[in-house]
Amino acid sequence: MQRNPQLNEKGELQHLLSTEGLPREILLQILDTAESFAGVTEREVKKVPLLRGKSVFNLFFEPSTRTRTTFEIAAKRLSADVINLNITVSSQSKGESLLDTVANLSAMQADIFIVRHEFSGAPFLIARHVKPHEHVINAGDGRHAHPTQGLLDLFTIRHYKKDFTRLTVAIVGDILHSRVARSLIHGLTTLGVPEVRVIAPQTLLPAGVEALGVRVFHDMREGLKDCDVVVMLRLQNERMRGALLPSAQEYFKHYGLSADKLALARRDAIVMHPGPMNRGVEIDSTVADGPHSVILPQVTFGIAVRMAVMSIVAGN
Amino acid sequence: MTKLPDAEKLCEQIVAELKPRIGPKSAMVGLYTGGAWLAERLHPMLQMKSPLGLMDIAFYRDDYAARGLKHDPKRTKIPFDVNGAELLLVDDVLYSGRTVRAAMNELFDYGRPASISLVVLADRGGRQLPICAQYVGARVEVPSGMRLRLKQEPGGKLVLVLEPERAA
Repeated sequence: MQRNPQLNEKGELQHLLSTEGLPREILLQILDTAESFAGVTEREVKKVPLLRGKSVFNLFFEPSTRTRTTFEIAAKRLSADVINLNITVSSQSKGESLLDTVANLSAMQADIFIVRHEFSGAPFLIARHVKPHEHVINAGDGRHAHPTQGLLDLFTIRHYKKDFTRLTVAIVGDILHSRVARSLIHGLTTLGVPEVRVIAPQTLLPAGVEALGVRVFHDMREGLKDCDVVVMLRLQNERMRGALLPSAQEYFKHYGLSADKLALARRDAIVMHPGPMNRGVEIDSTVADGPHSVILPQVTFGIAVRMAVMSIVAGN
Repeated sequence: MTKLPDAEKLCEQIVAELKPRIGPKSAMVGLYTGGAWLAERLHPMLQMKSPLGLMDIAFYRDDYAARGLKHDPKRTKIPFDVNGAELLLVDDVLYSGRTVRAAMNELFDYGRPASISLVVLADRGGRQLPICAQYVGARVEVPSGMRLRLKQEPGGKLVLVLEPERAA
């Protein structure tokens, strides 16, 4: 059997490329470590010396503000040096290949590459070619995976709900284009969540999505019944090809989270969203800013989770 | 086989020695895991006013580059203001002194204490850094290749044990 490309020969996390195929122990190790880092981010001096002298390269081939910024904050809180590269306007446009770009940065003594790329699999390709002491963290590749977002969602769910093994989690919206949904589904099933639902119109579901271990609902009201966790996804306008939807208003009517639809979930349900939100398209403002929403805590937890991932891979 | 001292008796001895020195600015921090058990025992016996702090130095270790991050770091909790405090730093066994150095580094990220005194149940010698303890339960000779550590039995009783050093 071929070794999981994320793990070293001792079975430890060498790169973080996807939550798919990651053993339960490693998912829990990341969540537990993040729990300790959450303490660090609440102190006066929000910095620990773990990655002193290490260089973290933020390699974003696709625009991002939140993810890039939280990776940067996380790396700085670990005392690493952070270099941000906005590749879309540099080498790539001059025709340099992906691996040449990485080889050049490696020659500048990089230790960790944080990679976002529009092509699924790009971080895997880089991970196969880096030196043994270099580590790759996937910050989102195409429609494929966004493991640190999946992990911070898991962290948020555990923070509010404690036990994964009694939960019903619904993921609502554009599953087809969502790397967040994929990463979260793999994490939830690995950690023993008994019921993971996806709620979406047929046109926004990937073929064979049931194979991931989820129940499919097309009717949002039916799908939200008795849910403990509701994860709303952004309607990815920039990824839309062709006529998948009639209109944003029509979409909100059927798949937008409003207070009356949320009332069908459990009374203590939490509402999550990976951001950026389209208010009035997939989520109503009263819900986004309401008492069930944990959308902003997700962002804060994301820093601790990224600190955990970087310090675990860099130590292995 | 070395005869190990009774940890419970050492606790009482340390309390007797510390009690007259506890003042209004005194505060205690125990280091996970053994030092935390010890501190949880000493703290109520000394009737200290400030709540007990517990610290895991995993993020400050000097062997991270060689060994990586340990698997389950505990969350450090310092529920009092470190600035101006007279700190009692508590660990089970003092050996190389590296843990204490890491702990002091972490403490200074919480503030500037007035002083730090080190309290240990057992000192096994073998220092690699210029660090010494102000309050020592017992000096214990440990055969090479062995590790001395504190264990907490199911009923809460503290015992010192010798075990083979884990392979690095």
